[in-house]
Amino acid sequence: MNTKNVPETKAVAALVQYVLRLYITGSTPRSLRAIANIRAICQEHLKGRYDLEVLDIAQQPQLAEGEQIIAAPTLIKKAPLPIRRFIGDMSETERILIGLDLRRASGTATDSGSR
Amino acid sequence: MLPKARTGIDGLDEITGGGLPAGRPTLVCGSAGCGKTMLAMEFLVRGATQYGEPGVFMTFEENAAELTANVRSLGFDLDELAAAKMIALDHVHVERSEIEEAGDYDLEGLFIRLGHAIDTIGAKRVVLDTLEALFAGLPNHAILRAELRRLFRWLKDRGMTAIITGEKGDGNAITRHGLEEYVADCVIILDQRIKEQISTRRLRVLKYRGTAHGMNEYPFLIGEHGFSVLPITSLQLDHPVSAERVPTGIARLDEMLEGEGVFRASSVFVTGSAGTGKSSIAAKLVEAACQRGERALFFAYEESAAQIIRNMLSINIDLATWVKKGLLQIHSSRPTLYGLEQHLVMMHESVNAFRPTMVAVDPISNLTLAYDDADVNPTLMRLIDFLKQKQITAVFTSLTSEAMVEPMQENSQLGVSSLMDTWLLLRNVEYSGERNRTIFVLKSRGMAHSNQVREFVLSDAGIDLVDVHLSGDRVLTGRARIAQEEDERVALSTGHADHLRTLRQLESKQKTIEAQIAALQAESEAVHLAIGQESVRAADQQILAGTKRQPGGAGGTQRKPV
Repeated sequence: MNTKNVPETKAVAALVQYVLRLYITGSTPRSLRAIANIRAICQEHLKGRYDLEVLDIAQQPQLAEGEQIIAAPTLIKKAPLPIRRFIGDMSETERILIGLDLRRASGTATDSGSR
Repeated sequence: MLPKARTGIDGLDEITGGGLPAGRPTLVCGSAGCGKTMLAMEFLVRGATQYGEPGVFMTFEENAAELTANVRSLGFDLDELAAAKMIALDHVHVERSEIEEAGDYDLEGLFIRLGHAIDTIGAKRVVLDTLEALFAGLPNHAILRAELRRLFRWLKDRGMTAIITGEKGDGNAITRHGLEEYVADCVIILDQRIKEQISTRRLRVLKYRGTAHGMNEYPFLIGEHGFSVLPITSLQLDHPVSAERVPTGIARLDEMLEGEGVFRASSVFVTGSAGTGKSSIAAKLVEAACQRGERALFFAYEESAAQIIRNMLSINIDLATWVKKGLLQIHSSRPTLYGLEQHLVMMHESVNAFRPTMVAVDPISNLTLAYDDADVNPTLMRLIDFLKQKQITAVFTSLTSEAMVEPMQENSQLGVSSLMDTWLLLRNVEYSGERNRTIFVLKSRGMAHSNQVREFVLSDAGIDLVDVHLSGDRVLTGRARIAQEEDERVALSTGHADHLRTLRQLESKQKTIEAQIAALQAESEAVHLAIGQESVRAADQQILAGTKRQPGGAGGTQRKPV
């Protein structure tokens, strides 16, 4: 599931390496949807510069406490800072892109994305 | 019968008839700072330590370290319990600003965490404190509500006895986010109210499906030994009675009470205005108990312990010795420190911890100062009945204002006094420039007590009661009594001298007579002797004459019959 670092040459910002962790709860339809959705987003927008790991807290419940997981699925952006959490089946691509600072929120030029 | 899980919390198990519904969630709600977390924590700790039921504490507000520190003051060592796998703490931290909703989700993460914690220690009890934090952390309340419903169902299915805490809502709402909708089995409300600048915490069981429960509000306290709710067992009026007598320590007072003192486990009410010696009587009863080797508890609301010890020493009551020997505890506190109920809860705790046979409260009037009688009576009744239940003899003093002495008997103290078995009334009597103390037994249930007024004397030697003197229709006390006594003594001694004199006179008269009798007797004997001698002499002469003249002729010629 790891797609390793292939530097792109377009822009400086584009060089930033993304570390993403997706926590799911077993092979529920919602879990599977979330995996598919986030992979598609990464492939399309972060190609070659992301580290995505999918973890099943149903298998490793101790992870849930350590990572403060309540909702499932939960995606945690560990890098770049700030840490950000996304909960849901990752179907709202726009929100995710804004949250990952890959797209500006509705026309305003902000680097930090929507708060 | 609904299975119940004992909480181990003083009083709560009595109110709920055995504890919380076993295997079901209970909602505990109240405003901030009213003790929800403490109640929940004690429920877990008692479960783990007393009933062998491990528990999971899921906290949404404080983190584990804070929580551990907070309950250490109650003597709960969470670290130790956690190491023994009896308690598991999980801090759920939800930071709204970090969270972005990106599609459909559920709270399976929470379920997995809780399930994992439960499985790890084999928990039977769960606390969620307070779930409502989730409403602030998660934007989609529709999902949250659906998941909460599922969570409570899930807890029930797993057979967890759970406490869910919730913040009190505005107005009539029980909780801010309507958690009561999901937890239908048992709802307990905690409340903190302030009246006359004194705050009192109260607990009420709002609902308890499938069981009878106390409906009233009960005061509770978070004390050194944890949570305690003032129990209600005592309202039954079915306490055992004792025929045993307890001497008061004042011999003459015992005399007024059939010579034996008061009944064990009865309540003694000592009223009087300032300086009539109420505290002294209470201290004497306490001392007497200690001298019998029994434990006694002295609640003081006017003086500090040291002050009481010093002052009582002046009338030869040495309390310090008993304190040292561990037979006496003196609890001094300001009446305004807590509300009345809270004071009573404190007394309950102390009594339960120390197990005395004698309790003195000096004075209850200070406790009741700021309250209406309507407030005071039920709570005092609880205390009195509680003490009776425990077979503790109790003495309560009460201050009455001088002017009120007469109407008091009918009015202001009536409510309280009707609860008392023995009522000693102390009074100041002012006469001829002196003020003296008198005492009488106004009532004493179940015995033929004296109806007499006695003078009550406090001196270096201790407490004594002295017969008063009646002069006309006036009671004489103090110097007037002493003067009267002197008069009587003098009168008595005068009379005695007269008597002795008379006796002596009579005695000498008798002696005189006896001497005369002896003289006469001697004379009479002499006469008798002379008569004898004369007869003998006459007979001799006759014989002589007969032999001279005619020897044949019998004598008596001279005595010819006439």
